[in-house]
Amino acid sequence: MTSLLAFESIGKTFPGVRALSDVSFTVTAGRVHGLLGENGAGKSTLLKILGGEYFPEEGRILIDGQERAFRSSADSIDSGIAIIHQELQYVPELSVSENILLGRLPNRFGFVRHRAAREWVKQQLERLGVDLDPDARLRHLSIGQRQMVEICKAILRNARIIALDEPTSSLSHSEVDTLFRLVKDLRAQGKGMIYISHRLDEIFELCDDCSILRDGCKVAEFNGMQGVTKDDLVSRMVGREIRDIWGYRPREIGKTRLEVKGLQGKGLTEPASFKVGAGEIVGFFGLVGSGRSELMRLIYGAERRSAGELLIDDSPLRSHDIPASIRAGIALCPEDRKEEGIISCRSVAENINISCRRHYRRLGLFTNDRKEALNARQYIDRLQIRTPSSRQEIRLLSGGNQQKAVLARWLAEQNMRVLIIDEPTRGIDVGAKNEIYTVLYELAERGMAIVMVSSELPEVMGVADRILVMRQGRIVGELPRAEASEAKILELALPVDSRIEAA
Amino acid sequence: MNTQASASAASNTSTPAPIKAKGSGQNSPSPVRMLLEDWSLIIIFIVLFAILSVSVEYFFSIQNLVGLALSVSQIGMVACTMMFCLACRDFDLSVGSIVAFAGLLCASVISSTGSITLGIGVSLIAGAFIGAVNGLIIAKLRINALITTLATMEIVRGLGFIVSGGQAIGISNEAFFALGNTMLLGIPVPVVFTILCFVIFGVALNKTTYGRNILAIGGNPDAARLAGVNVTRSRILVFLFQGLVCALAGVILASRITSGQPNAAMGFELNVMSACVLGGVSLAGGRATISGVIVGVLIMGTVENAMNLQNIDAFYQYVVRGMILLSAVTIDQLKNRNSGH
Repeated sequence: MTSLLAFESIGKTFPGVRALSDVSFTVTAGRVHGLLGENGAGKSTLLKILGGEYFPEEGRILIDGQERAFRSSADSIDSGIAIIHQELQYVPELSVSENILLGRLPNRFGFVRHRAAREWVKQQLERLGVDLDPDARLRHLSIGQRQMVEICKAILRNARIIALDEPTSSLSHSEVDTLFRLVKDLRAQGKGMIYISHRLDEIFELCDDCSILRDGCKVAEFNGMQGVTKDDLVSRMVGREIRDIWGYRPREIGKTRLEVKGLQGKGLTEPASFKVGAGEIVGFFGLVGSGRSELMRLIYGAERRSAGELLIDDSPLRSHDIPASIRAGIALCPEDRKEEGIISCRSVAENINISCRRHYRRLGLFTNDRKEALNARQYIDRLQIRTPSSRQEIRLLSGGNQQKAVLARWLAEQNMRVLIIDEPTRGIDVGAKNEIYTVLYELAERGMAIVMVSSELPEVMGVADRILVMRQGRIVGELPRAEASEAKILELALPVDSRIEAA
Repeated sequence: MNTQASASAASNTSTPAPIKAKGSGQNSPSPVRMLLEDWSLIIIFIVLFAILSVSVEYFFSIQNLVGLALSVSQIGMVACTMMFCLACRDFDLSVGSIVAFAGLLCASVISSTGSITLGIGVSLIAGAFIGAVNGLIIAKLRINALITTLATMEIVRGLGFIVSGGQAIGISNEAFFALGNTMLLGIPVPVVFTILCFVIFGVALNKTTYGRNILAIGGNPDAARLAGVNVTRSRILVFLFQGLVCALAGVILASRITSGQPNAAMGFELNVMSACVLGGVSLAGGRATISGVIVGVLIMGTVENAMNLQNIDAFYQYVVRGMILLSAVTIDQLKNRNSGH
């Protein structure tokens, strides 16, 4: 067995986060190595190191037993590595053949030999058994077809090591079949492959070996998949402490705090209605595109609602812009923390005080710096936001601490009554997750109504008192905590037509 | 074995991670270096000033320094509002045209009505109006600021030519000249106005919710909106103040040169933005300090003054100005790269 590629004790630290520590594994010629782990486990960081985008502080990469340092993506490509990222990198206005040959188009005196390029690509595609028109512009192709182009580009570059990051997430059934056939062909040709996927069936179908990452560490490796079960993989991906991290605390639920009546707007296909009691945590689950985030933004007033009513403690909310929502006591911690939550180049204190400072204003204009500093310090202590100083730029904090600062922003608003939190723990490490749940329980205990949106099923089941499921722009079902099971929730969340297709 | 690894991983990530990262080399410059970085511009200016004082004849004299201050007074005023504009991730090319237009309008109103108050008042209102139009188009209609102000730059410059018929409009009312040509406690009145602008806009940036909101919008407009900041209104106000201050600068300039000139303040917008960028205002928004802007303005003025004293050809002055700007921006970029992205 020849090892094509070996990672040896790779370690990488970002400001505030240890992304990888002591990760080692090898990829063998003619075998597919599966890489498994939850979001934020370090898989994409590892791929970026392989692709020359990040440089690891510790450890080394060996190719054919020789140490290689990748300083740029060109170094990585020259070493025969091809990475097909989840976000595809193609030029939409160029044709299939131009994309495949990008950077090495055949030319004569600088003029591209289009016919030669097209003929060559056409032949190669036929040889690979891929049905693509070499002249089609990428813009006109489906996402799956674009991905095929990327894969063909990598193969036709004669890469010896090919890494695929969740390649099937946007492919149709027939496209998946083609992809699998390609992967198996490549394996037969003696290429070394890394295959990242959340779909365990694919791992079992394609992979010869498999490593599992959790919180930046390799927690398991299987050489040969005989006798390995799904449960083996899942338990190691999620970790044994899975049951404890929610730390669910039951509590009294008071009378209705938030009532949504017949709300309509962009992203919803049916009027949405639901109630949340004081002290209740309602979890919203749905697949991407099910309208859950859109519904939250409508409630918050970030998008215009075309019909419907909101009642806070039985009094209707008339105007529907964000400042009015905040005055009425609704807060939103948005889904995409980096893009919509934090103001990355400003300080932690600034991020905490941005909304509440209007209460301390002097002469309606001037900020009360002493009060703001006090405020920042108080919430940094209370939520245990780990930062060297309240004046540290927030971008240097870890994801969990950034999320806590966004929460602090709303806690500092004294009269908050409804908290909408979208993906509370995306990209956050386990320890900080637990702290954020604890904050949510405390807020609920103080009588706040909490709406929590999450695409992580275990999180919804572990934290929420009641679960609402959305599918294709409407609320399709409701399950109390006691009755919720993974199967029941998924049954509601999966689109009807895909269930038929799957069967 | 697996459990052991996972346990240590969990404890690794929960508590000591941020502290550990803080100590790890490249992401945390030493306090001395941070201090140097924070004050780097001011130190550069002081060194530059000291060298010029020693090496350039007549540089360090009251008369020359007053002249220097006077020469940057218009740029200084408008740099204050431009700082807000850039900090808000916006852009304004129309400032030079507004300065010229306001001067012409003021001159023509004064010569036709004889009323100084009316002339100044009409100019200021016109400037604020043009600024508000810029702001409305950019913030409400969401048209790119570069394109919008490129268009208004042309339109307002054209209006200036139309109002004046392409000729300078002379002012004969002597009382109006006092605005640009008298001294107050040994300081020229235009410089007093500039200092007032520095104070007012410095306080506005640091001590008012308006200024903080502007920095937040520049840092991340979507997040600022979701945090309850009225983004549209704030951006309109930025342009409105910019127009108002430009008109004030135009009126003072007209008073200094005793006429309105349709060709006045050509290329002014670029000088103002150069001064801001030199002063560490980020074009990406969210970062700005008034002290930086003041030093940026002073460096621009000082270099130009010294070159004039040395009789350096105006042609070369363009090259030097461009090179200073380029090096300042490069240094800033390298500094940011060091502190991680």
